[in-house]
Amino acid sequence: MSSASNTTVSTGGLPSRRNTELAMLVFAVVIPVFAYANVGLAKDETLPAGMLGYGLGLGLLAGVAHLVVRRYAPYADPLLLPIATLLNGLGLVLIWRLDQEPTITDPDFGGDGPMAANQLLWSTVGVALFLGTLMLLKDHRILQRYTYISMVVALALLVAPMVPGLGRQVHGARIWVALPGVGSLQPGEFAKIVIAVFFAGYLMVKRDALALASRRFMGLYLPRGRDMGPILVVWAVSLMILIFETDLGTSLLFFGVFIVMLYVATERTSWIVFGLLLSATGAVLVAQTSPHVGERVDNWLHPLALENDNVTETAQVMYSFGSGGLFGSGLGQGYSRLIGGIAPKSDYILATVGEELGLAGLMAVIILYGLLIERGMRTALAARDPFGKLLCVGLTGCFALQIFVVTGGVTGLIPLTGMTMPFLAQGGSSVIANWALIALLLRISDTARRPAPAPAPSLDAEQTQVVRA
Amino acid sequence: MSELTLTVMRLGFLAVLWLFVIVAVQVIRSDLFGTRVTQRPVARRTEQQPPAQARRAAQPPPRARQRRGAPSKLVITEGSLAGTTVALQGQTITLGRAHDSTIVLDDDYASGRHARIYPDRDGQWIVEDLGSTNGTYLDRGRLTTPVPIPPGTPIRIGKTVIELRK
Repeated sequence: MSSASNTTVSTGGLPSRRNTELAMLVFAVVIPVFAYANVGLAKDETLPAGMLGYGLGLGLLAGVAHLVVRRYAPYADPLLLPIATLLNGLGLVLIWRLDQEPTITDPDFGGDGPMAANQLLWSTVGVALFLGTLMLLKDHRILQRYTYISMVVALALLVAPMVPGLGRQVHGARIWVALPGVGSLQPGEFAKIVIAVFFAGYLMVKRDALALASRRFMGLYLPRGRDMGPILVVWAVSLMILIFETDLGTSLLFFGVFIVMLYVATERTSWIVFGLLLSATGAVLVAQTSPHVGERVDNWLHPLALENDNVTETAQVMYSFGSGGLFGSGLGQGYSRLIGGIAPKSDYILATVGEELGLAGLMAVIILYGLLIERGMRTALAARDPFGKLLCVGLTGCFALQIFVVTGGVTGLIPLTGMTMPFLAQGGSSVIANWALIALLLRISDTARRPAPAPAPSLDAEQTQVVRA
Repeated sequence: MSELTLTVMRLGFLAVLWLFVIVAVQVIRSDLFGTRVTQRPVARRTEQQPPAQARRAAQPPPRARQRRGAPSKLVITEGSLAGTTVALQGQTITLGRAHDSTIVLDDDYASGRHARIYPDRDGQWIVEDLGSTNGTYLDRGRLTTPVPIPPGTPIRIGKTVIELRK
């Protein structure tokens, strides 16, 4: 960080690039509409009736978002909004496409009813929060004032699902909070943003102590005992989440983001070593004690083993990837409904992508996420203030870790966890929180890319010197 | 719907998806080529060029402060910013760890506002230590007062060495 905090990498004399953003946005709205047409033609041989509605809805959201960015964050990165819009649009199409499957949608077969309309509603709420954040938060540094309040809020959000009467357990993981009249919410999705604010504010103040006051031992910098305190506290909290909410994903996310930010703030590789050791210890410990996590690990190690005379979901996902092949079966022509329940819409949405768009489509989607993350990290590099840099790294790190955890889980690289693919998967909390996250990134990138205010012309300086002489 | 149409749509959709990715990469291509590292004042100056020229045209040309053989640029020869040059155009250059310095030094031995380099009325460049903790060295001697800089003499601040060149 010491070199990063003083070095700013910028492209000289940047134009605002809002027109580029507009062109990309149009592109990003056209692609999902194309996908709608594709699904409709494949399934019913007609253009779907809802196509115009969804296309207009998405276009309207994108248009309003663009106008607000033009007005309130004119120098922001031109790619963040279009990529988020495209992913959200693709998610809507995929959910709508899975709505067409009776086994997923029809309550008679154990389905939950159509969800695309709901998801569009949640996306609207998400974009509204996005607009609100951009309009009300004029400068991201204001967040720095709320460092410790953020900590309290984040902890409250994390603990909320454990509170009896408030929390709800769904599919073994207790990460939901029931809100009377609204439905249920995953507070963890919002907590990830708030906790990034806390870590950024905290590490900005403490990074010198963490980086410099250490002894060298076997090539590693050992921090002082009292500096180890916070990292152990965060580790304990994430273990608590793991044990009491049996949620591997959230727990991994929080600890991972902390380690990433600690590493970026202090430039000490030893933190990564400690982090990996601590998380490995925690994971092994919990996998052996908690039956829910243990089962996930078993499914990961032996995906083809029979479970109640059925193959596991992990195996079914692998089958769907295999049946998709290189170029996929085409939208609307896959069999990901066989995964069962509503899982294809939420946890396993990537299976549908992999089957119907093939390896080529899945790679494109993953690269889109990669580009989004790259833009975030790039914004961190360009940011001038250390708090903005750290916050940007934290938010992007959350996003990246979440994508790694979900993609890794679905493709069988790591045990599956119950997290959602940002923007793509069905889920209100996720889409709302991620739009807010994008708004924060845009806010920081606007500040970072804004041209520096014009300096006083040198001739004036000369005249001042004459007076002084 | 015929098999052919669906196949064309399927491959067409993948092509469009990848086209978006490629266009997006094109948009950020400017990050890879034509970036510049720090030197915020340099970036400002390129933007300031037109007004500065307009001003020069409007007023009588300032006296020939750029004497023949006077240095035209400041070069950082050692330290983390080595290789950076800053054009000397009659402005005061501040050096230090403070973020608003002309040259932001990333150096544990540099003070927040370490030193400044400025032209006197005759166009002679002067270096002045601004009360730094570890001192500013011109060649071998530690500075105590503002001193004119002979061309090609190294000025050392912590691990950073700068020189004025023609």
